[in-house]
Amino acid sequence: MPIWFEEREHAVVRAAVHRLIPACEDHPGAADAGAADYIDGLLGAFLVDPPRIFAGGPFSGRYGGDPGFERFTPLTRHQELAWRTRIEGSQGRAEREFNGPVVGLQEVYREGLAKLGADFCDVDGDEQDRRLDALPAFKHLLYEHACEGTYGAPEYGGNRDCLAWVAIKFPGDVQPRGYTDEEVSGRV
Amino acid sequence: MMTTDCDAVIVGTGPGGSTVADVLTAAGWSVIMLEKGANHLLALESPYEGLGRITNDEIKFMRRWFLGPDPFLEPRTFRRSDADGERLLTGEVNNLPSTVGGGGFHADGKLPRFRDVDFKAASELGPIDGADVVDWPVDYDEMEPYYAAAERIIGVAGDHTGNPFAAWRSGPYPMPPGPDMYCAIVTSEAAVERGLHPYRAPTGVNSVEYDGRPACNNCGFCAYFGCPIEAKGDPIAPLRNALRTGRCEVRPESYVVRVDLDGTSRTAQGVTYLDVDGMEHVVRARNVVIAAGAFETPRLLLRSEVGNSSGNVGRYLMYHFQTYTLGLFPFRLHAYRGRAVTHLHDDFLAPDAAALAAARDAGLPYFRGGIVEHGGAAHPMMEAVHTPAGAHHSRTMLQSPMRDRMAAFTMQGEDLPQRTNRIDLDPAIRDVWGFPAGRVTYQPHRHEIAASRHWAPLLETVMKDAGATHTFSVTSPPLAGEPGADTPFMASVSRHIMGTTRMGSDPRTTVCDPWQRLHDVENVMVADSSVFPTSAGYGPTLTIVALAVRAARALAGLEPLRSQRPAPDTELGRFSAV
Repeated sequence: MPIWFEEREHAVVRAAVHRLIPACEDHPGAADAGAADYIDGLLGAFLVDPPRIFAGGPFSGRYGGDPGFERFTPLTRHQELAWRTRIEGSQGRAEREFNGPVVGLQEVYREGLAKLGADFCDVDGDEQDRRLDALPAFKHLLYEHACEGTYGAPEYGGNRDCLAWVAIKFPGDVQPRGYTDEEVSGRV
Repeated sequence: MMTTDCDAVIVGTGPGGSTVADVLTAAGWSVIMLEKGANHLLALESPYEGLGRITNDEIKFMRRWFLGPDPFLEPRTFRRSDADGERLLTGEVNNLPSTVGGGGFHADGKLPRFRDVDFKAASELGPIDGADVVDWPVDYDEMEPYYAAAERIIGVAGDHTGNPFAAWRSGPYPMPPGPDMYCAIVTSEAAVERGLHPYRAPTGVNSVEYDGRPACNNCGFCAYFGCPIEAKGDPIAPLRNALRTGRCEVRPESYVVRVDLDGTSRTAQGVTYLDVDGMEHVVRARNVVIAAGAFETPRLLLRSEVGNSSGNVGRYLMYHFQTYTLGLFPFRLHAYRGRAVTHLHDDFLAPDAAALAAARDAGLPYFRGGIVEHGGAAHPMMEAVHTPAGAHHSRTMLQSPMRDRMAAFTMQGEDLPQRTNRIDLDPAIRDVWGFPAGRVTYQPHRHEIAASRHWAPLLETVMKDAGATHTFSVTSPPLAGEPGADTPFMASVSRHIMGTTRMGSDPRTTVCDPWQRLHDVENVMVADSSVFPTSAGYGPTLTIVALAVRAARALAGLEPLRSQRPAPDTELGRFSAV
């Protein structure tokens, strides 16, 4: 269940990131890796406390140690100002507009997804590509977020079960195990 | 007599400020450190343990500005020259972490010393038209014991027998080198075949337990991340030393508005700062140390209108002119494991006959390059972002041309000092505290460009010899007409920022005296790379720390450190360059 998107918006995001980072043999692609959930988590970061902006630490637990990534780090006052502005927009508030108004990611997504069309999930891939290409700035934003949601740490909501890391044979966050000297210097 | 809050107030908690705090508190002084960024490094109460926020997390460190500066809160602006108008870019420009620990936090810790000639460029190499090449007011022989002290404070691992271009040393490195990265073994072997002299990089990363901190375990999240296990000594070692004396107080999220002078304008009374709630506070101190980095230090002086009788505050801004030579390999290099860079070569700091001929062809008396880092690796998110979207994305990621099959040479080319290259205050853009953003006006001298053009083809040849099937070279800043020249990448991406309050003996032309004190205000000292008169072709951090030890000892009235050059027939002496 998405926490910020409406169900149909979530479906459009899922379809769109599938065009940008498709699945292939041996790779789940952004849609199945959960990139849409990652984006939903970012846009809804302030619906949970602490906000899901900075994962905790020092370790994820995947290679031992205390699984601290899942305990998100409380934001400082300035970090909250920056991320609320970035996500919600400046909304005419003076403290967010010291260099002028800021359009928030929520508004960018709501408008961008509307422009992709309510029938986006139902048209064929070529048509989906044409609609994405018609919105280059939004496509670029989606793409960067799709990369983050596919290859970032799973605690942020994407890269489900580390599927993308497993596919590309990246061990991920290896602390506190690290790599042995032989793994650093050897050929394999 | 005015009552004071401390002996010294230090603005900035990076390598320079932390080192000054270490030296002064050891000498019995009380210090207050003010840091505009938040604290993610260590608890500020005994026993000063790590906060556990430094992680192997690409989203947090590479995409969300966890260490700051967040470009929304602290934007910077850029233009190439006055002809560009007020600015071309707003946002991220040469950002160094804005957090307790400063620039030391994100660095991967390659810590080379400069050489003798780097302190004497004007007298030994001569002037170059269009630049203000000068000698430093200190030479290598005087600096040597401070370099040795800096290596001990941070904990540097290295091999004193490996680099034929190295200056003399009074002793070996505190630790042996860590394990060589496979990609650097491959490129180093090819470099040797072409007559170059790669060596195991001096690195501020523990190869064995040192100073109560563990050996590095090679996790690979090094540059830009900070170390989750404290195997890297900069910035935590000097800062924790200072805190442990009980005479150092660190105040994070404290933004210094100005340096306050007394009625004579020759003496500072302290500084005024804003806390996180925007409340104004005053710290009265016998001495003020500004160690905010070569971008923020001149910005603070300019908005305070302090120290600028020469008109040179902010001027002679230098970076390193970076040349990246990239090679794509048909086999996997796994450069995501290890310390980011384990080998360097210094050959291009000592130009040979071919380089001198190329310089003359370019109308220059000489040129010099810089250290060449043998590295590679991007983490998967950065690889993904730089891979074209669409049908082939996932297949390309499975092949992993960037993360797993790419080796990279990075030359940190010397950047000549030019008076027109500068930091000043942007006329319109503001930071979250309401003060003018810093603005860069910068373009490289033709010296840097000629040096890059000369050596990049050789680096590509070495890459091909090593087994690369495709090679290419790019520079930062990009050259006119080349990819990126008219994009947000037009500003230098170098985090080596230097020279904006240059030091020297003449108050008409320099901002700081040879002991890094402002000529104009006797009790204000600058302790970062702002004081560098020239940029050399080496990473600046070890020299920042060595200079900070020297200046802080002088401030505290301690004897200068001295060292002995080893005799030629000793083990150390045999490996000292003439």
